[in-house]
Parts: sequence; structure tokens; C-alpha cells
Amino acid sequence: MSHDLTLTINGTRQQIALDDPRVTLLDLLRERLHLTGTKKGCDRGQCGACTVLIDGRRQNACLALALSHDGAEITTIEGLAEGDTLHPVQAAFVAEDGMQCGYCTPGQVMSAVGLIAEGRAGTDPERIREGMSGNLCRCAAYSGITRAVLAAAEEMTTTKGERKTA
Amino acid sequence: MSVAKPLPHDAAPLHVTGQARYIDDIPVPANTLHLAFGLSERAHAKVTVLDLGPVRAAPGVVAVIGPDDLSPMPDCSPSIHDEPLLAMGEVHYAGHPMFIVVAESHLAARRAARLAMVTYEDLPALITIEQALAANSHFEGGPVTWQIGDAAAAIAGAPRVLKGSIEIGGQEHFYLEGQAALVLPQEGGDMVVHSSTQHPTEIQHKVSEALGLPMNAVRVEVRRMGGGFGGKESQGNHLAVACAVAARATGRPCKMRYDRDDDMMITGKRHAFRIDYHVGHDDRGRILGVEFLQLAQCGWSADLSLPVCDRAMLHADNAYLIENMRIESHRLRTNTQSATAYRGFGGPQGMLGIERVLDHVAFAVGREPLEVRRANFYGEAGGQPPDPRDISAQKKQQVTPYRMPVEDFILHGLTARLEESSAYLARKAEVARWNAANDVLKKGIALTPVKFGISFTLTWLNQAGALVHVYQDGSVHLNHGGTEMGQGLFQKVAQVAASGFGIGVERVKITATDTGKVPNTSATAASSGSDLNGMAVKAACDTLRGRLAEFLAERHQVSPAEVLFEGGRVAVGGAEYGFDEVIAMAYQARISLSATGFYATPKITWDRVKGQGRPFFYFAYGAAVSEVVIDRLTGENRILRCDILHDAGASLNPAIDMGQIEGGYVQGAGWLTTEELVWDDRGRLRTHAPSTYKIPACSDRPRVFNVALWEGANREETVYRSKAVGEPPFMLGISALMALSDAVAACGDGTVYPDLQAPATPERILAAVKRVRGD
Ligand code: FES
Ligand code: FES
Repeated sequence: MSHDLTLTINGTRQQIALDDPRVTLLDLLRERLHLTGTKKGCDRGQCGACTVLIDGRRQNACLALALSHDGAEITTIEGLAEGDTLHPVQAAFVAEDGMQCGYCTPGQVMSAVGLIAEGRAGTDPERIREGMSGNLCRCAAYSGITRAVLAAAEEMTTTKGERKTA
Repeated sequence: MSVAKPLPHDAAPLHVTGQARYIDDIPVPANTLHLAFGLSERAHAKVTVLDLGPVRAAPGVVAVIGPDDLSPMPDCSPSIHDEPLLAMGEVHYAGHPMFIVVAESHLAARRAARLAMVTYEDLPALITIEQALAANSHFEGGPVTWQIGDAAAAIAGAPRVLKGSIEIGGQEHFYLEGQAALVLPQEGGDMVVHSSTQHPTEIQHKVSEALGLPMNAVRVEVRRMGGGFGGKESQGNHLAVACAVAARATGRPCKMRYDRDDDMMITGKRHAFRIDYHVGHDDRGRILGVEFLQLAQCGWSADLSLPVCDRAMLHADNAYLIENMRIESHRLRTNTQSATAYRGFGGPQGMLGIERVLDHVAFAVGREPLEVRRANFYGEAGGQPPDPRDISAQKKQQVTPYRMPVEDFILHGLTARLEESSAYLARKAEVARWNAANDVLKKGIALTPVKFGISFTLTWLNQAGALVHVYQDGSVHLNHGGTEMGQGLFQKVAQVAASGFGIGVERVKITATDTGKVPNTSATAASSGSDLNGMAVKAACDTLRGRLAEFLAERHQVSPAEVLFEGGRVAVGGAEYGFDEVIAMAYQARISLSATGFYATPKITWDRVKGQGRPFFYFAYGAAVSEVVIDRLTGENRILRCDILHDAGASLNPAIDMGQIEGGYVQGAGWLTTEELVWDDRGRLRTHAPSTYKIPACSDRPRVFNVALWEGANREETVYRSKAVGEPPFMLGISALMALSDAVAACGDGTVYPDLQAPATPERILAAVKRVRGD
């Protein structure tokens, strides 16, 4: 039996037919839609490598059943930049070199975009570190990650209104 | 010049947009099959019945390969051929691969792998170090002993003696990208392998051996890994070999990746150790003699345990000149995952042994630990190496317990600088005031040094090759034997190439490591990546630049030495060309624009049987001050502040080196605090997921974290006088454990040593607090 759903992924509306209702959003993205930017680190909601935005909120795609998000708007790492212009969070991760092996990076970037949109961490490094704690980085590039989120948060608050935040 | 610039990782723009590809992201042909291993549930047992019928019948299954289907059984060992791909009649650990499922999807393979009907007949399982020791379960037939002087006599004659023991837990690599391989069959039975490995040549070797092919029929490609840390030096063999065997059997592309739980259940980890020590010292804390008993949990097969345990012995002195030392190393075979390489490769365990001794001795003599450490340091290197013809200088020459002269020691100067920049003494007094005023929260502070030997201890591995092409348009294509796992090797090596030609680094394309381009490579390990490959690339670029210089010199009737490559321009005899113009001219003049480079580390000689020689080209140094707080009622703890001064020689890329140092410290501190591996008494690993195995998160990083690079070039002629930086900073994390020991000591009256074991989880901290308080 096939299960139909509609998702808007990175701005494009897509009709999707699933043969198995248990497919996670992560597997849907990676294996069926070939959007492999979203990574699988643990597949059980504990590392944050699979973070995407679902209706603007950050979530672990490995814990989200695709079917239960029928009608949702999904933003993945592939949908963040506008053409060749990087999103301020992406640009900040490059400028601050907030990575080593890069495997956690898409998740970190998406989580940072979500965190900034939540508006709770502001520009307090301690709260940013707390707010980013769901995204593990085994290379422990945490200094660069924190600096990048801080820099992006500052830039995005000062240029608010000129650019959408997610 | 491009070297020494703090450029970000070359792939950063790809990472932030999700375009950087790892093995699992490579688009595969539609007919690709997916593999999973069926795993043993017992730690040690005879397999009396292995009924794979239900597995074969499961939906989506294309083939099942059991132990009887492979003859001869391929071997996956990186060392002594003791690791058959599949268990043959007897399983040696819980998680031991028993059969391979080949299915239409990853999920189908995994589901089917659970369906085998297995009957086991349990055999006695050795899970702990103590059990293995009691059963005399050794690799190499027994312990290995190296010594210098006469430790027993020195201890017997010493004014004071003490004994102690420290348990040191292992560590899961937790590379964020799990192990993965993809094998694509080619015409004529050849194979192309994509593997997440630090050692492409080893994969090539193991796959060709498994298929009975010459190595030239197998090509291995590695673009990048999502972290390695040593865990991808040998542990990828099984996946690549399984895929190759299945690809041959089915004629279809085969892919295998471990899910996180499988990865943690199957693959080897850092060796757990117990180190017993017996020390003779004086009233000032000068160590006169030490006997170490190093007991290592090696797991079920040899893997890389022998060189790992050697390196633990080679770091039993760390920064201290100890003239009488005896180290007895037991490499114990246990029924657990086969312990493997992990950042530092045994060095951290050996070093922790002697740092523990220093901590214990300082406590016993009641002196400031840093002073006691200093009193035992090697002598500082002078400006010049000693004159080898001067016999008196030779006599005085300070050597390690394995008789390597220590000629580059800088820790007196380095720790003095760090002591000052971190305000160590003032903060120590502040900590004492805090502890006097607070009953529940106790603080501690410690400074520990690192001296880490750089080179592979298997001398022949210290070689590297490179291949550099310059195309007609002046763009450079670079290949070398090193692999990229986040350590920034590719960026550094590209900087070396760009500097060689005096061009910008953006004109250098760094390509995937490929056994078809550079053969017979060593693993990217032992921190040697940029030392070896940087030099090989430099050699290739020097050759090419030499050809270009000669060509231009002849045209302009000057000497080749007068041709200058800088800023993307080439100046010769008053004329100036763009680099690409020179290349176009050289091409038309039929000059070869492709060259290989090769490098073999000089000066090293090592006799591992005697434990004597110069196993290392040089030492890398560093020191860290950690300040921590503990809650003496719950054992909870935090690192409050960390100050690091680290020696990367003349850094090739300060930004990347700082990242390695911070990351190394955090991972090292994680090893000694939160990261605990627990096997139950039946030998099953209970901590096989991030829910139970805790690596440091963003909020665990010290709140104040000051990292600086020591300014000083390498005395040895390394690439641009830089020093290796991958592993040494890991051991800076030892300062966190020593600071915790200090905090625990503050809970008592100063008469009982905390005897804190590692990892210092809240439970172990509480036990130590109880000990010092006598409750
Ligand atoms: S893969 Fe989803 S949280 Fe780890
Ligand atoms: S950069 Fe390697 S896991 Fe974060």
C-alpha cells in the first residue's frame, strides 16, 4: 500500500508516495530524494547531524516520521544559500572555520539557524553553547562553532529586516 | 608565501552547503546491493549450529555468505593474519561478525541479519584485564620488558618509596561518520573501492589478497572521512573486504555502512590499561627509580596492539629524566573488541602513568606539583646540539629510557611562559581560598606537560609519495598518500605546493587520495600526515620548479638560481612573466609538467626487541593548565578554565593547528572524565550508543579556553620547520584529570592520596572523595 504526502522542500512542493509508513524524514531526504547534505550520525536522535528545519523549527530528521509531517515546509542545508550567496550562518562557519572533518557541519549550521530564529540565545556565548549542545562534534570544533553562531547572530540582528532569517 | 597563513579548511564552502561528499553520499548505480554482518551475541563460544535459512528467506535478501562459503577465508588483520573476515566455528567477542547478508536495501540487510538461528556452546570468556592476567592470556607469548639503569636497586636505596595503581579506561572513537565502504566491480574482475579509511593501501592490499588478485587490479579512493582518530586505520578492512567478496559473488556493486550501534559493537577502541607503579624518590620529589607494570586490554586479536603497547612504553618517561626505569608491558588477549589505534596510539596511557606518579609523589612530599615536575624535567636544549666528537658532551648527554638523546627539550621555557600567562600560582592561591570557604563545591587546578615522539615506530612506514601535475593553463593538480579526516592535511599540503610555485592556494586543486596515483602509502597516522606528505609534495614541486627555472634561465642566459617564483609571477633576468605564461611556454618547449616526489624521514633507527634506538625524528611539546570544580556530594564536575601553550614548530597553518589543539584537549579530557565503556560480566558492551556513551558536547567545553602557539621552529629539517600536531594535544587533557585529583584532595585533610581512577566519572570522584575523607 502506498502512502501519499506533500512536502515543500527547500521551496519546492513535492508529492511523495511512500511504500512504507515507517520511513523517517532523514531516509526520505537522503535515500529517496538524494539530498545527502543532511547527515546520519546516530539515527536515534542523539547527535544532531541530521538537523533540518520543519516549519522553521529545528528538528532531528532521524526521529521525524516523514508521513507525520504531511504539508510541512522543510529546509535542509541544500536550501539555505540563495544562489551563490551563502546564508549568514554558512558564511560565518566558513569565516570562523567552525569545523574540522565537516560531518557535523550541516547539522550545526541548521541548528544555529534555528537557534537564532528562536531568539532565546541572543549573543550570550554561554547560552549559545547550551543551545547548540544537541549537536555533537567529535572533532570538538566547538570554539569555532560558538564564534560562528555568535558572529552570525550579531550580523543577523543588526541587519534584521533586510534579509530573512531562515 | 602561502605557508604559515591561517587559511580555513579547503572544503569549508562545501561543508556548509552540504555538498561535501562522504562514502554514504556517493550516488550509487541502481543495482547496488547493501550488506550487513550478523553478529555474535556471546563473548566466547563454540558455534555448534549456524542456521542461515531464515536469513536467506527474508524479504530483499539476495545472498548470504557464511563461514563455509569462503575458502580460503579472507583475513582482515593489519598485522599478524589472525583476523578472519568471519568467525570460523568459534566466536571471540560479543559483536564478532559471523555471516554477511547481501540485500536490496540497507534496512533489509539489517533486518535479515537478526534472523539467524544460532546454537552456542559457551566457553570461558576473559573480559577484564585481571581475568586475562590470571589466565596468562598474552600476545607475543608473554610480557615485553625494557629498562635503563637499575630500577630495583634505585628504589631500594631511595629515601622514600611509594606504590600505586591507576585504571585507565578505553575510549570509543565516535567518528561522526561511521565506517563505510563501496565496491564497484570493473571489467576483467578488477575492483574500485571507496572506503572511509586512513589507510587506502591497506584496503587495497586486503581486498586484493581476499580476491586473489594482484594489487594492480584494485584501486582505492578516499576523498575524506568524517573523523578518523585512528579508528579508521584498520577497522575499515572488514567492510571493504566483505563488499569485495560480495561484489565478486554477485557481479553487482556492493556497499556497507555500519549503523552506530553496530559500529560500536564491532569495531575496536582505545586500549584500556591498568598501570601499577613502584617509585623511589627523595624528600624533594626527585624520582630516583620507577618500575612500571603496564597491563593492556588488547581484545581478541592482535590488530595494532603491539605497536600501541610499544608506544605506551615509549612515553612512560614523558617529560622526565629518570635514570632508572623498568617497564614491563603485558599485551593481554581478552574476549572484547580488538582494541586498535586511537589518537596518541598508546602514548596517552603511558604518559598518564608517569603523570600519575608525579602527582602521587608531589602529594607524598607535600610540595607544589609543578615544582616537583620541574625538578624532574629533562634539561633544556641549548642553542646548539652537542658536538658528537666531544666525549665529555657525549657522556653528559641526556637520554630517554630507550636511549634516545633528548636534544630539543623546551618545556622549562614553555611551562614558565604558561605559568605566567595563565596566572597559575595566583589562581592556585585563589583555589585554596575558595576551598577553605566552601564545603560542598571544591576546586582544583593542575599544570601538566606533554612530550610526544613523532614518527612511526615501524621505521619503514616513515615514507611518502606525491604526484603533482601542472596543466597548460597553470592550474595545479595535487595528489599525495595522506588522507583527509578533518585535520586540515589537504589545506596544509596545498599551501606547501602553492608556496613551491609562488602562486595562490586557489590555483591548487587537491584531489582524492587514490592508490592509482600514489602507490604504497602509509596510513595517515602517528601525526605524520603533513610531515611526510608535505615533504613529498615539496620535493615534487621543487623538481618541477627546477625544470621551469632551468628552461627560463637558458632562454635569458642567467643561472637557474636567479629565476624567482613569487606572487603568481616569475622574474628572470629583468623580464617578468605570469606563472601561467611560463607554463604555456614550457609546454610548447616540451618540458614535462608532471613530477613525483618522495620523502623518507632521516635519522631514525629502532631496535624494538631491545627497546633501544632513536624511534622518533623529534618531539612535539605542550602544556596545559586546567581548573575544575567538583560537587563533593554528587561527584558532578566541570572544567572551568583551560590555558594551553603548544609547540607546533613554525606552524604551517596556525588556524588549523589551533583547531587541532582545542579539539585534542577536549577529546583527551573527555577520555578521562565522561567517556566510559562498560562491558557486562557476559562481555556485552552496554555503552554502544550516544545515549549511554557520553562524548563532550558544546557546553562541556571549558568556559574560559585560552590557546596559544609556542613560537619556535623545529630544530629538525621538517617541512618549513613545522611540527606534527594531530596527536600531541590530546594528552593535554591529562591536566583535567590531575586538576580533579587536586579538587578531591581538597576534600580531605591532606593525609590520604585521592587515588582517582580514570575516567573520573561522578561515581569515581565520589569514591575518591570518600577515600580522602575516610567515610
Ligand atoms: S542522526 Fe539524527 S540525531 Fe544523530
Ligand atoms: S567537524 Fe568533525 S564532527 Fe564536527
